[in-house]
Amino acid sequence: MSIVSDAVAYILDGANWSGGVGIGTRLLEHAWYSLLAVVISAAVAVPLGLAIGHRRRGEVVVVGLVNSLRSLPTLGVLTFAVLALGLGLVPPILALVLLGIPPILAGTYAGVANAPATVVDAARAMGMRERQVLFRVEVPVALPLILGGLRNATLQVIATATVAAFVNLGGLGRYIFDGLALYSYDRVVVGAILVAVLALVADGLWALAVWASQPGTGRLRRTPRV
Amino acid sequence: MRWLVDNFDTVLDLTGTHLYLSLLPLLIGLVIAVPVGSIIRASRWARRLTLVVASIAFTIPSLALFVTVPLIAGLRILDPLNVVIALTVYSTALLIRAVPEALDSVPPDVVDAATAMGFGRFRRTVTVELPLALPVLTAGVRVVAVTNISLVSVGSVIGIGGLGQLFTQGYQRNFPDQILAGIIAIVVLALFFDAALYLVGRLLTPWTRTRRSGGSRVVTERSAAGEPT
Repeated sequence: MSIVSDAVAYILDGANWSGGVGIGTRLLEHAWYSLLAVVISAAVAVPLGLAIGHRRRGEVVVVGLVNSLRSLPTLGVLTFAVLALGLGLVPPILALVLLGIPPILAGTYAGVANAPATVVDAARAMGMRERQVLFRVEVPVALPLILGGLRNATLQVIATATVAAFVNLGGLGRYIFDGLALYSYDRVVVGAILVAVLALVADGLWALAVWASQPGTGRLRRTPRV
Repeated sequence: MRWLVDNFDTVLDLTGTHLYLSLLPLLIGLVIAVPVGSIIRASRWARRLTLVVASIAFTIPSLALFVTVPLIAGLRILDPLNVVIALTVYSTALLIRAVPEALDSVPPDVVDAATAMGFGRFRRTVTVELPLALPVLTAGVRVVAVTNISLVSVGSVIGIGGLGQLFTQGYQRNFPDQILAGIIAIVVLALFFDAALYLVGRLLTPWTRTRRSGGSRVVTERSAAGEPT
């Protein structure tokens, strides 16, 4: 267990936090890769999930797409992309985006497609256009599931962004790969702890967003008086 | 593709190791999660606690877990058992959430009927609730199978066998064909097991087929009624 206490001591030592290869920089790099990947995944998956969910057909397409993307091995995509496109930010982000799309797509689709049919029909009967039905009725009702999908995606992306260091980029994976290469396992544990902490903080923020987004509770927007 | 055809024996060999490393944790996970998940379902706080612990288990990156398991379990770093233990943690964490959710999907009338007929809690869970929970449970098992098959490949960066070896070797030798062969093999394997588990789930639950065709009819009627004018 001395390895773990060594790792904790390393993290608590302020001298290890500053500088170009300090914990601070690595944390920011890791957060930056993750943020970029989640934002791009969402830009692809949310509109797609909304469109398919609104039509309430094509579940087969969504399930097939989600399962195929989920089966793509991130490490394989990453190494292949590096050989095809060269080193840089693009290959790891591409691999992480493909990892982030399935949970967001599944959540958005499920949320919109499972909006209560009576509510959606009522909205149409009141003369709402399709666009209004989607954005004023289905999306607010689906928001907890959509945000839940984003939450899962964030968790997976942060945990997996460690492999970016395999193709000599930064991020918290550096501690893991450098520690492995030097047989200094306390350094590996430093990486593991920091990634888990970053993931827990991000997860907590998303949990708050999901909590606030529950429709009809007035947490996000004041409920209209009846 | 050429490389895949020429080295089919090697790929087949790696596939064997790969399947062993990814499916054994799924089995162990099921053996743990089904009884534990059925028991914790009764109490709300036990359920919430499991949810929190399971979420925390997920935040640990797979790579970090692969290298810290040997330190905790006292195994050698290259022991394949490390990967099995690490993936068992993930599989159990996923399934222990899926089991109570699957049991929740059982219609309460059926559970009440079983209770009224004098079924004890154990017999009711095993002979009524678990079989009826199978469709939702199968969905969870499929996710775990696909995730594990894809995740085992990460172990190759610390020298664990399986199809991930094709990635690290192909990368070091600057040989994209080998990586592509690995990606294809893993995707095919994952989709095969996904489909196989789906079929097994359907075979085990023959009653869902009639219900499902009824359900889809309702959906078409509703969407036909809801077509914009």
